[in-house]
Amino acid sequence: MNKEFIRRIIPLQIAAILLALSLSAVILTILSISPIDAFSLILSGAFGSPAKLAYVLTAWAPLLLCSAGLLVTFAAGLWNIGIEGQVVMGAVFATGLMRILQDSLPPSAVLLLAALAGLLGGALWGMLVGGLRRYGSVNEIFGGLGLNFIAGSLTVYLILGPWKRPGIGSTSGTEPFPPSLWLPGFKDFQASPIEMILGLIAIASVAIALRDTHFGLRLRAVGMNMKAAFLKGVPVDQDLFLAFGLCGALAGLAGWVLIVGTSARHNLYPLISSGYGYLAILVVLLANLKPFWSVPISFSFAAISMGSLQLPLQRQLDSSLGGVIQGMLVLSVLVINGIRSRWLRHEG
Amino acid sequence: MKVELKDIHKRFGPIQANDGITLSIEPGTLHGLLGENGAGKSTLMKVLSGFLSPDRGEIRLDNKTIRFDSPAEAVALGVGMLHQDPLDFPALRVIDNFLLGSPREFLLDRKYHQTRLAELANRFGFRLDPEARVSELSIGERQQLEIVRLLALGVNVLILDEPTTAISTQQRESLFRALSQLTEEGKTVIFVSHKLDEVKSLCSKVTVLAHGRVTGEAAMDCPTKELVKMMFGQVLTVGKRCEVRLGEPILELQNLSLSDWRLEVKDLSLKVQAGEVVGLAGLEGSGQQLVLRACAGLLRPSAGRIWIAHRDMTGRPYQDFIEASIGYMPAARLEEGLIAGMTLAEHIALTERGPSLFIDWTMAVERASQRIREFNIKGQPTTFVGNLSGGNQQRTLLSLLPSQPKLLLMEHPTRGLDMESMEYIWRLLQALTQQGTAILFISSDPEELLERSDRIAIFFGGKVRMMDTCGASLFDLGESIGGKGFE
Repeated sequence: MNKEFIRRIIPLQIAAILLALSLSAVILTILSISPIDAFSLILSGAFGSPAKLAYVLTAWAPLLLCSAGLLVTFAAGLWNIGIEGQVVMGAVFATGLMRILQDSLPPSAVLLLAALAGLLGGALWGMLVGGLRRYGSVNEIFGGLGLNFIAGSLTVYLILGPWKRPGIGSTSGTEPFPPSLWLPGFKDFQASPIEMILGLIAIASVAIALRDTHFGLRLRAVGMNMKAAFLKGVPVDQDLFLAFGLCGALAGLAGWVLIVGTSARHNLYPLISSGYGYLAILVVLLANLKPFWSVPISFSFAAISMGSLQLPLQRQLDSSLGGVIQGMLVLSVLVINGIRSRWLRHEG
Repeated sequence: MKVELKDIHKRFGPIQANDGITLSIEPGTLHGLLGENGAGKSTLMKVLSGFLSPDRGEIRLDNKTIRFDSPAEAVALGVGMLHQDPLDFPALRVIDNFLLGSPREFLLDRKYHQTRLAELANRFGFRLDPEARVSELSIGERQQLEIVRLLALGVNVLILDEPTTAISTQQRESLFRALSQLTEEGKTVIFVSHKLDEVKSLCSKVTVLAHGRVTGEAAMDCPTKELVKMMFGQVLTVGKRCEVRLGEPILELQNLSLSDWRLEVKDLSLKVQAGEVVGLAGLEGSGQQLVLRACAGLLRPSAGRIWIAHRDMTGRPYQDFIEASIGYMPAARLEEGLIAGMTLAEHIALTERGPSLFIDWTMAVERASQRIREFNIKGQPTTFVGNLSGGNQQRTLLSLLPSQPKLLLMEHPTRGLDMESMEYIWRLLQALTQQGTAILFISSDPEELLERSDRIAIFFGGKVRMMDTCGASLFDLGESIGGKGFE
C-alpha cells in the first residue's frame, strides 16, 4: 500500500499541482499580470518577514483544527459543509463564557473554560446537523448549509443587540477582550505555540483514533459501506452522531482560537469563521483523507491565503487570487484522480 | 413475426448464462420458456430485447438477421419486453409513462394520446386511469400499462418475464385473456415462467432451458412429468436427512404477515428446532427473502409474532437480534456483506465487541489468520477484501459469522463456490447444527436444498408450503416449485 502510494499517488499529486499552477498562470496572463511576479509576491507575503510568518502560523492553527474534524466526518462518508457554522458557534460560546466570567476568575481559568465552551458550542451545532439528518431526513449538506446561515445571523444579532459595544453598536464586532485574555505570544513574533500545538495534537489524535480505535474502524466501515457495517452490528446512527459532534467540537475549538489567538481580533465579529471551514474541506480533499498529508497541505494553504493578502497592497490585485489558486489545486487533483480511476476501471 | 435465435452465448464472469441456445418461434403463437432459477431464461430474453448483447450468436426476425444496440432499437424493430419488476417511473402519471419512448414530438397532443391509451386499454379489458400516479397502481396494473405502452409503440413480439409472480388471480386471468387475444391478432408472445400449470394452460409450445442450454422442446400436450425431467435432468437425488435429533424450538413464527412493494406473505407459521436445517425454495422473489430478513430483524412484520429462543422479538431492532445470537448472511457480497476497502483483519476487528477503546491489532491479525486457515481463504490478513476472488469472498463472509449462533440465516450460502468448497462449507455448517444451531437458508439449487435440509419451505408467489425431505425426490421438489399443491 505504502509503496503503491509513493510510486503512483505522489507523482499524480505533483502533476496535479503543476497543472493547477499552470492553469493559474494562464488566468494571470489573461489578466495581463506576470505569473512569476504574482507567485513571488505571494511567497514573500507569506515568508518575507517573521511577522508575516507569524500570520501564516496564526491562520494555520484553525485550519489544522478544522481539517482534523473533517477527517472524522469524511471517514464516515459525510459531507460536513456545516463546519463553518460550527466554527462560528464555537466562537460565540467562547465569547459568551468570557463575557460572563472575565471579571470573576483568573484569566488562565477563563481561557481554559472558554476553550471548553467553544468545544461544546461547535459540538452541539454539529450534532444538530446529525439530528436533522437522522430524524428529519435532511441531507447533511443542506442541513449544514442552513445552520451556517443561522449561525451567521445569530452573530450579527448578538453583536448589534445583547453584546453590542457600549455606545457604538456597529457590525465591527463586540468589545475586544483585554490582553490578559489573549493566548501568550512572543515579543516580536505574534503567534502562540499553544494554537499550533493544539492543531497538531488534534490531527495526530484523529489519525490514531481512525486507525487504532474501535470507534474509528466502525466509522470508516460506515463511510465505505453503510449497509454492510449495519449488518455487522455497527450502531450506525449513534456513530454518525458522534462523528458530527467530534468534528463540531474541533471546529468549535478553532472558533475559540479565532477569539483568543495572539494575532486574532479578540472579539466576536460577523463572518468570524472567515472560510476556514470551507478551506479545510479543500485541504482534506487534497490530502486524499490522509491525516499526515493534511499537515503540510494546510500549512501551504495558510501560506497562500496570507501571502495573497500582499497582492492588493503591492499591485492593486484582489487577494481572492489566492482562493483561485487553492481552488485550482483541488480541482486539478480531483480531476486527475477521477481520470485515473476511470483508467483503472477500463483496465480492470 | 417469426423469431429465431441461433447459437446464443452469453457469459457473466465465471457463469455461462447462455451456452449455445438455438430456438425458433412461429409467428402468432404463444410460446413458453420454462426453466429453473438461473437456467438462463431472463438472460436469453434480455438478449432478444436488446438489453444485453450476446457474446456470440445470431438473432433473426422474419428470416432477416438483425442486431440491436439498445432496447429502443429492439422496440423499433418490433420486439418489446415486460420485465419481472416493471421498469416504469412511479413518480409520474399513467399517461406520462405511456408517452415515454414514443416517437419524438416537440409538443405533445395529450388529448389524442389519452384517447389512444383508453382505446388500447379497453380492447384488452384493462382499466387504467390516465391521470393516476404509477406509484399508486398495483403491480398487475403496472404490467397492463407497460403492455399497452409497448403495443402502442408497434411491438409485434411481446416477451413477458415471470409476469404472474406478484399479481392477483383476477389480474392473471385478464392478462391471460389479453395474451390469447394478442396471438389471435397475429402477434408473437413469449411467456417466460417456472410455473408448469400456467405454461401448460397458456402456451401452445414450450422450450425448456437448464444450465444455459436447451434441454427439450415440446408441444403442449406433453405430460408434466416429462417437463419436470427436462427442467431438472435425470431424477436421482433423494433427500437423505432422515434421522436428525432435534432440540428445543429456536425460531417460532406465529401467523406472520410480511410485505414489500411487490409481494405479500400472509399468515405464515413455522417452528424451527435446534439442530434443524430448513431450506427456503422457490423462484427468486417469491417471499423467501422477506421471511429470512424478518427473522433477522431487518423487516418489521405487519402482523404476527417472531420468537427466538422463547423470547418475543417482534418489532425489536436488529441489534437485539444480534444479541439474541443470530447470524445473518446476505446474498449481495460486496453490497451488504463485506466492505471492499477493508482488510480481512479489519473485518475481524469490526465484528469484535469489547469494552476496550483501542483495537488489539496483533490479536485481530492472529484471529484473521486462524479463520483464513479454517475456511481455506486464499488471502492474507492484510489483503483487501475487494481484491479477493468471488469464492474467497464467500468464504470470508462465512468466516465472519458468529462462532456459535443459535440461529443462522443465510442467503445462497454456497453460491459461486466449487463442489469441493461447497462440501467443506456444509461440513462446517453441519458441525454447528450438531451443537444446536438452527439454520434457515435460501438456495436456488434444488439438489443442495434436498440434500442439506431436513425440511424445505417452498415459496410460490408469497404462499408457503412445507415439505419433508426424507425420501423426497428432486422431481417432487421440482413439481412443488412449479406450483403443484398451491391454490
